[in-house]
Amino acid sequence: MPVICRTGCGKKAVLKRPKTGDALCKECFYRAFETEIHYTITKGNLFKRGDSVAIGASGGKDSTVLAYVLKLLNQQYDYGLNLMLLSIDEGITGYRDDSLETVKQNRDDYEMQLKILSYKDLYGWTMDEIVAQIGRKNNCTFCGVFRRQALDRGAAMLNVKCIATGHNADDIAETVLMNVLRGDIARLKRCTAISTGSEGTIPRVKPLKYTYEKEIVMYAHYKKLIYFSTECVFAPNAYRGHARALLKDMEKIRPSCIMDIIYSGETMAVKEEVSLPTLRNCVRCKFVSSQEICKACVLLEGLNKGLPKLGIGKSSKAKRMLAEYNSKQQTLLENGKQELDNNIAINNCSSNSKSCNSGLYSNENIELKESVGNKSKCCSGKCNNLNNKENVTSSKKINSLLKQYRINEKVLNSNHTSSNDNNEVDLLLTGQEGSCSETCGKISSLHLGF
Amino acid sequence: MCALKIDLLFGGGAELLFDKIKKRQVELPPLNKYFSDAKKTEWTIREFIVWIKDNLLREREELFIQGDSVRPGILVLVNDSDWELCGELDYQLQNNDCIMFISTLHGG
Repeated sequence: MPVICRTGCGKKAVLKRPKTGDALCKECFYRAFETEIHYTITKGNLFKRGDSVAIGASGGKDSTVLAYVLKLLNQQYDYGLNLMLLSIDEGITGYRDDSLETVKQNRDDYEMQLKILSYKDLYGWTMDEIVAQIGRKNNCTFCGVFRRQALDRGAAMLNVKCIATGHNADDIAETVLMNVLRGDIARLKRCTAISTGSEGTIPRVKPLKYTYEKEIVMYAHYKKLIYFSTECVFAPNAYRGHARALLKDMEKIRPSCIMDIIYSGETMAVKEEVSLPTLRNCVRCKFVSSQEICKACVLLEGLNKGLPKLGIGKSSKAKRMLAEYNSKQQTLLENGKQELDNNIAINNCSSNSKSCNSGLYSNENIELKESVGNKSKCCSGKCNNLNNKENVTSSKKINSLLKQYRINEKVLNSNHTSSNDNNEVDLLLTGQEGSCSETCGKISSLHLGF
Repeated sequence: MCALKIDLLFGGGAELLFDKIKKRQVELPPLNKYFSDAKKTEWTIREFIVWIKDNLLREREELFIQGDSVRPGILVLVNDSDWELCGELDYQLQNNDCIMFISTLHGG
C-alpha cells in the first residue's frame, strides 16, 4: 500500500521531508524544494537584479545542487543574475583534481563561466606540499583559512557582487554546535547570518541555509545530477566529525532539531559586556581580519620560514616563535653577508652574471642571485648555521624558479637578441618575486616586519 | 522458497566502502538457511543489512553500520522511494526489489 502524496495530487509519494514530515511525490518535492530556496533568496534579499554572482563550486553535492537550482530559479523567476562558477584548487592529489573534473562538467551542463584559482598560484604551496611540512594534524586549519581568502580573491577577480556558497541547514546547525562547544562567541554570533560581509568585502550568501542535507541528496539523486563524493584524502576534522555524528543521531530521533539549532543560533543574544574582536584590514594583504596580520598571512609566513606551526594555536605562541626565529635570523644575516662577500670575491660574481646574461647561467648563479635578492638566505647552503628545513625550502623554491627561468629563457632566446634577453630575464625574475609579494604580503618586508 | 534476487546500489560515496562498486545484483537464500536460528524465511532490511556487513562490507564498518541499522546520514531507498515511507528496518524484501544506500556524509 503505497503512501500517496500529501498535496492531494494523487501520485505516489517518494520521500518523507525531514523538515515537515510530509510525504511528497517527486514533482511536488521538486516544487517545494525549489520554492523554499526561492523564498529564502527573496526574503533575505540575497541578490539584486543585474548582479554578477559567483557560486563557490567544489563539485560536491551542495554546490552542484546550488548551481542547478540557481540557474533554474534565475530563469523561472527572472532574477536577472549573471551566474558563474568559482572553484579553488587546493592541490590535493586524488581528491581535488578529480572533483574539479566534476566542476568542469557543471560548467558545460549549466553553461556558466568557470574560474579556478589554485593555492599554488596564490600562495606558492599546494596542500600536498603543506601536509608534507605540517603533517596531518593541523592541515585542515591551513586549508580552511586559505580557501576562505582564496574565494575572496577569486570573487574580486571575477568582479562579482557576492559569492553564493552551498552551506546547507545541517552544515549551519553543525557550525552553531561547534562554536558552542568551542566557546567561540564571535563566530557563534555571525555563523547563522544568511549574508555575511562588512563593508569593503564581498558578501557571502547561503541560499541553501534552510535546506536539509537529506533533501539536497534526494534532489540530486532524482534529478540525476552528477556530483563528486569522495572524502578528502587527508584526515577529516575530528572535532567537527563528532559534532556531525551527534547531530545526525539527534536528527534521526527528531528531524526538526536541525532547524531548531539554527533558530537558537539566530536568536541567541550576546551580552553587551562580551568583547568581540573588531574587524579590520590585514596590514599585509589588506584582506579583512580580526588581527593586525590575518591568519592566512601568519600561516604562509610560517610555511615560508620553515616554521609551519607558526599559525597554529595561540598568537602569543606565534610571537614567541617569531622572536626566536628573528634573533636567529639576525645572526644568520650577519654571517651570511660575510660569506656572501667572500663568495663574490672568490667567484667573481660580476663576470658570472655577465655569462648569465649571455644565457649560460648555472644553478649556482641563480642561487647567488636568489641570496642577494633575499639577503636572509645567506650562502646558498654552504653556511652550516642555516637550519635544515630552511635549506630544503629555499632550494626547492630555487629549483622551481630555475625551472621557470629556463623555460622562459628558451622562448626568449628564440625571439630576442641576447642583449634584450638580459633585461627580459631579469624582469621575469623580479616579476616572479613581485607576484609572490602580491599574493602573500611583501616577502622582503616579512623577514623584518614581524 | 527459492532465492531472492535483489538489485543493490550504493551512491554518494557509500560505494567507497564496498570496493567502489556502485551496482550489483545479489541473491539471498531463505532467511533460516542463512541465520540458523531464524524462525521465518522472509528477509527484512534489518537482516539484509547484517548480510551486507557479512558479505560485502570491506572497510570501516562503523561508517556504514550503527547498532542494528545504517549509520544516520545514510539514506536508504526501496525501489527509488525513501525507506521512511515503507517501514524502514521492518520492510520485507520482495523478489527483484532494488535497494539503494546513499551517503550524505561525503564531500561538499
